[in-house]
Amino acid sequence: MTSVRTIVRVANVTKTFQLGKIAVHALKGVDLEIPTGQYVSIMGPSGSGKSTLFNMIGGLDKPSTGKVFIDEVDISQLDAYELAWLRCRKIGYIFQTFNIIQVMTALENVTLPMTFAGMRSERATEKGMELLELVGLADRFQHKPFELSGGQQQRVAIARALANDPAIILADEPTGNLDLSTGEEIITLLKNLSHERGVTIISATHDIKMLNVSDQVVWIRDGRIDKIESREELTISVGRIDARAGA
Amino acid sequence: MKTVFPHQDTKGSLRNGMATIDRSNTATAPQPRIHRQVVLPLGKSFEIAFNSIRVRFFRSLITTMSLVLAVSFLSFVSVNTDVANGLLSTGDPALRQALIRSGYDLAPEDTRADSSPKQRWIVILSLLVCVVGIVNAQLMAVTERFREIGTMKCLGALDRFILRLFLLEAGMQGLVGAGVGALSGAAFALLGNLLRFGTRALTTPAGDEILLSVAFATGVGCLLSVLGVLYPAFVAARMQPVEAMRVEQ
Repeated sequence: MTSVRTIVRVANVTKTFQLGKIAVHALKGVDLEIPTGQYVSIMGPSGSGKSTLFNMIGGLDKPSTGKVFIDEVDISQLDAYELAWLRCRKIGYIFQTFNIIQVMTALENVTLPMTFAGMRSERATEKGMELLELVGLADRFQHKPFELSGGQQQRVAIARALANDPAIILADEPTGNLDLSTGEEIITLLKNLSHERGVTIISATHDIKMLNVSDQVVWIRDGRIDKIESREELTISVGRIDARAGA
Repeated sequence: MKTVFPHQDTKGSLRNGMATIDRSNTATAPQPRIHRQVVLPLGKSFEIAFNSIRVRFFRSLITTMSLVLAVSFLSFVSVNTDVANGLLSTGDPALRQALIRSGYDLAPEDTRADSSPKQRWIVILSLLVCVVGIVNAQLMAVTERFREIGTMKCLGALDRFILRLFLLEAGMQGLVGAGVGALSGAAFALLGNLLRFGTRALTTPAGDEILLSVAFATGVGCLLSVLGVLYPAFVAARMQPVEAMRVEQ
């Protein structure tokens, strides 16, 4: 083992969905280790099993065979209470569609996971304000989601994901519903957070902009890992990636 | 073998003492016993449920409307009976004749004017229709809120938090809707009797019974509201958090 701790370990995972009489093999044996504090992008065309793998890592889905360890805990062994706890305290989720709870203000959205975690409400409010400040929305804490732009909603979602100081942030196409420059701002924010707070960020994406900030890029193709590239390898091969993106 | 998370605190997670896990071999930083429990205090549940109704006020109004109507009908019928009983208990033959003229089937020896089986059936039917209406409206509300529910689950909500929120919402809607319905039904009944029998309808000693009828109608309304949301709330609570990830609504 290296000195870097592994936060996510996927061991020989397969996943088969039963669609009527047809069995669809979404994942055909995936092994993956993600070290703490890294910014990892999972890339792949739709239908490649990318989302399936992503959901497994997030504890949202269980593998057909094989194991997924988060912080060396096999998540298939967890009961409903433990899974809820895991989602609450260990993992922060960021969605393509932001998923800010519409009936709550920005601040209430951020403090909700802290309430679930059993934090006292004054402390939660205080921390919620700190987090909103961190993402640059301190002056809009009383706003409802429909009064915020897409980029601002995604910032609230990032603050919410950080609420219980998770070890991992899972971002599912975080820039998918944003325009270019806003998407870039969100990516930079995520990158800075991963850098400053040591949070592991795992992101499923189509967005080539994401590659520049990723420490590792995992390419998924046809239910298997095609290849894993680190940043150094990427800078050399930017031309090729562009070519692939254009194809 | 159950395993534990090496880095965690136990603060705030001791409530109910549930999900207690013995540590085992794979932990890197030993901690003897760890209590892990996500919580949603009741006060906070009320706050969320109340806000949810407030923000979706119009929607809640529609859900509650059928309840208001059915409960006001129930209340109307029973308050009418109460007033008729009050009038009968005076023993005044003129009032007795007036009651018979206004449609009460009173045999000469009757001392009480209970509602007829036909009337009871109509009330029961209206309540049944009302429950079906509530189930329908709430199922739709659950579908509309799939993403919200999924998101809450991703943030760590347990099934029973979702269940509790829906039940609380229904309870509050039920209390207000049934209260309004019962009071307005009673008011209409009293007004009708006032017009028909004059002020004697209000002065006969039926006050307690009328209050009891209103309270009963409110109670039935609350019960029906909660009953109607049970199935939709179960559907919502059982939803998988991965639904929140889906892009299309």
